[in-house]
Amino acid sequence: MTDLTQLTVKSTLALLKNKQVSSLELTRAYLDRIENLEPQVQAFITRTPELAIQQAKAADEERAQGNLHGKALLGLPVAVKDVLALQNVRCTCGSRILEDFIPPYTATSVQRLLDAGVVVLGKTNTDEFAMGSSTENSAYQTTHNPWDLERVPGGSSGGSAAAVAARLAPVAMGTDTGGSVRQPASLCGVTGLKPTYGRVSRYGLVAYGSSLDSVGLLAQTAEDISLMINYMAGFDPLDATSADLPLSPIDLPQEANFQGKRIGVPKEYFIEGIQPEVEEQVRTAITHMESLGAEVIPVSLPHTEYALPVYYLIAPAEASANLARYDGIRFGYTAEAENLLENYKNSRGTAFGAEVKRRIMLGTYALSAGYYDAYYGQAQKVRTLIKRDFETVFEQVDVIATPVAPNTAFKIGQLADDPLAMYLEDVFTLPINLAGIPGLAFPVGFDHKGLPVGMQLLGPHFGENLLLEMAHAYQLSTDWHMRVPTGI
Amino acid sequence: MSLTLQEVEHIAELARLTLSEAEKEEYRGQLSAILDYAQRLLDLDTEGIPPTSSVLPPQSVLRSDEIKPSLGPETVLKNSKHTKDNQFQVPPVME
Repeated sequence: MTDLTQLTVKSTLALLKNKQVSSLELTRAYLDRIENLEPQVQAFITRTPELAIQQAKAADEERAQGNLHGKALLGLPVAVKDVLALQNVRCTCGSRILEDFIPPYTATSVQRLLDAGVVVLGKTNTDEFAMGSSTENSAYQTTHNPWDLERVPGGSSGGSAAAVAARLAPVAMGTDTGGSVRQPASLCGVTGLKPTYGRVSRYGLVAYGSSLDSVGLLAQTAEDISLMINYMAGFDPLDATSADLPLSPIDLPQEANFQGKRIGVPKEYFIEGIQPEVEEQVRTAITHMESLGAEVIPVSLPHTEYALPVYYLIAPAEASANLARYDGIRFGYTAEAENLLENYKNSRGTAFGAEVKRRIMLGTYALSAGYYDAYYGQAQKVRTLIKRDFETVFEQVDVIATPVAPNTAFKIGQLADDPLAMYLEDVFTLPINLAGIPGLAFPVGFDHKGLPVGMQLLGPHFGENLLLEMAHAYQLSTDWHMRVPTGI
Repeated sequence: MSLTLQEVEHIAELARLTLSEAEKEEYRGQLSAILDYAQRLLDLDTEGIPPTSSVLPPQSVLRSDEIKPSLGPETVLKNSKHTKDNQFQVPPVME
């Protein structure tokens, strides 16, 4: 019997459908693998083996009765990032302040996958409140990159990316506010989609930067994501910013053909300071697509250099408002102070980690009287310029191709004391969230240390289907996405 | 630019955060460096550029005013360590 945990979502669903394997067997195989490898990888904050077994048994019963009610993902195990609420399962957001928080409801995105039949293996590690690029900001553990256990998996969805790379789950949910799906996908050699802002409901996603937050998926292949995303996406009356637009079927190509596709390559994303092997592998992938029919067009996104300062004013400003809800009263850690003000200050001062406090301070400053216009106001205007850059380029091209991160996975601790250097790792992913467009990261090679290199394809609003179709065409003609880490 | 210790303390007060002396000093340096980096935004001419309040066109979110079931008080209070008579209980606001 083949090792069930090495299979793609597509192969797994075929085995389940043909009753060649039960969800219980499959789920037990993953739970066993998690048991064995978790001490090294540390991808999960909370494992849910009992829930998973119960869901798997229920899935098998439903399949046996032959009444599937359109449950296309029936019995498929998934991992869920621990910033998405799942009713009656602890949701920590990687923070001590929510150490005991048991959500009384389930996020719409999670509920929709549950409605399609998935089995939940556990809640994956994240930087605290999704603020970080390495999972080192988690209050619980640092996840280790399966390609080199001394290195970070990226972040903030580092637990989800490492879980897929280590085959602890065939697919995982992540969230992306400034690159938090794509950058860990890149560092762990897996495929990760950040959908268009508003495509997937944010209801039940613990808020970080509400104008930027997106819920996405990480899996081995673009095809796997295409099999699942439309079950998760779509209008939700519980999220006022969710887009009331129909979902269209994803039409994956049968062969690696890029005829008629125009790929824009922005010069601002191939800059000094980028690791040479990253640039080389990304350019090789673009040339590969060109050799299969794509037209490659040099383009310019002139305000790219401003994206980092814009993001690090807007996201902390939104975070400082969103995280005001942690008052030490209604839920979460409480400091037991003598009066209300001290209770607020001590609860928050004690239970928030360093990066969260740093961003709350930064955001509070950017919004404070006397500085609002200069910082937050100006950042919102420059955001418009960044968004317009993309709109102009998408008049000329179908997609944009860029590196995901300037470097491959860095060592644990390497950037921990230098927040600005850590922020620079997001330089190629942040602009996408500021513009609200979709981005898809996938592996296009390795550096000399054997660490994965990722590329991202970017599309106009609601253009995620084309990204998935093109990445699938690339994956039909390459095998980077099928490489597995051998060191664990 | 360089933030003063008093400015850091003022921001912490606004943000409702108790910080240690070491944290104040650390954030003073780090926030100053980050804000220095952000100064480049001030060089851009944004005369006549509207701020982005939403990346997608605004849509109506009105709905009919119907009563729907919501979470009960016992569920809502379950995560709190301070409840009394089906309500949240807080320390004194003023002496």
